[in-house]
Amino acid sequence: MTDFDVVVVGGGPAGSMAAWYAAKGGAKTIILEKDRDIGYPVRCGEAVSDAGLRQFVEPEPNWIAASISNIRMVSPNGTVIDTAGQALGYVLHRRIFDYDIANKAVQAGAHILTKAYVTGLLFDNGRVSGVEYEYLGEKRTLSAKVVIGADGVESRVGRWAGLRTALKLRDTESCVQFSVANVDVDPERIDFYVGHNYAPGGYLWVFPKGDGKANIGLGVVGSEAKHYKAIDLLNRFMEKEFPNASTLTMICGGVPVAKTLKKYTADGIMLTGDAARMVNPVTGGGIVSGMHGGKLAGTTAAEAVEAGDFSEKFFDRYVKGWNKAGGEDHARLYRIADAVDSLSDPDLDDIAASLSKVPQEKRSLLKIFTTAAKKRPSILIDVARAFAGF
Amino acid sequence: MIMIHIKENKCDFCGTCVAVCPVDAIEMAEADLKIIHETCIDCDICVWICPIDVLESRENPEEEVVND
Repeated sequence: MTDFDVVVVGGGPAGSMAAWYAAKGGAKTIILEKDRDIGYPVRCGEAVSDAGLRQFVEPEPNWIAASISNIRMVSPNGTVIDTAGQALGYVLHRRIFDYDIANKAVQAGAHILTKAYVTGLLFDNGRVSGVEYEYLGEKRTLSAKVVIGADGVESRVGRWAGLRTALKLRDTESCVQFSVANVDVDPERIDFYVGHNYAPGGYLWVFPKGDGKANIGLGVVGSEAKHYKAIDLLNRFMEKEFPNASTLTMICGGVPVAKTLKKYTADGIMLTGDAARMVNPVTGGGIVSGMHGGKLAGTTAAEAVEAGDFSEKFFDRYVKGWNKAGGEDHARLYRIADAVDSLSDPDLDDIAASLSKVPQEKRSLLKIFTTAAKKRPSILIDVARAFAGF
Repeated sequence: MIMIHIKENKCDFCGTCVAVCPVDAIEMAEADLKIIHETCIDCDICVWICPIDVLESRENPEEEVVND
């Protein structure tokens, strides 16, 4: 008899989805969250596509800080490309959103414990059989049939199970974001600034949050981060573009822009979300992919409990599910990200210049893709598509 | 001896250094970051990736160890 059927490490969207679907499938489930809060601190730009979100939940009005109908790309020399208005997505209040997804898990029967810091795994004949954790300074253990590691970019759960999760520098974006007030931004438009002068090997984003507020941040690829500190570049941008802004929240973080791990399951354990490197490697978007992975992992965990089989072999259905749903697309996106990385600032300006000749009223995403394709490699089409899907 | 140090009161506990550490030599709880010096290989990757320049690689005079 184990303490729980399923222990989920981490209470972000991936962990909450995993717990939701494990509990829904009849498994006795708990989430262990290291922070005092579910949903805070928010280490995220908070943008999500409408279509992506709707695969899993009906968007609630109180999650939404801004509804997005336009995407702007700014090239290194300042050439601006807007797309024509169409409902695309949202900038979320992740704090409220994460609470509500966690609450869905609870409503399905899952438990949650915050301030529960997992420090190691329990093993039984080589199979993961639970976790060691600290709760308010007290060392505790929980035995489990299945452990789901949804412990984010910094995942150590996988390492303890012998899974190779260490990120390469070139597969990691070093990011800083200010949530600011008193900025004059279009409330329905998200902006991406590309190029070396803004964010070497990454991009800078301006995501509106209503009432003159916005999330403004950038990511520098790890292989450039020795020479360019994200915080210095962002401070420089803010002084130039938004000198009157006041910072409400400052946050930093790493985004895995890697291929999904080669191996993210073992006997008694599955990794999901950022921990399994499921983030869209072109955009760095990880909400939808994390929800997707979490749902699949949770569903598989409940099936494993019912079947009484917690072997890596049984978890094949989770891996197959991810490959079918997004894994192959993910591999394609990684190749795109790699190709974009090789574009110089003049290349990017060149592409932007040709795009800017498309009349505003014809700047549907599709038209922009077609124009970009004529001018430069077709990868640009894929990039724009990747952004449209966040 | 050169060692990785955490600049006091500067860390945001984002875990980016943990993610890139090739030898699992960094531990992070809600508001606590530790370098496990016995495991650390002083490769400096964590120093480079840190978005807000919290980590540094420098000589480790004995008197500083007392304050760590």
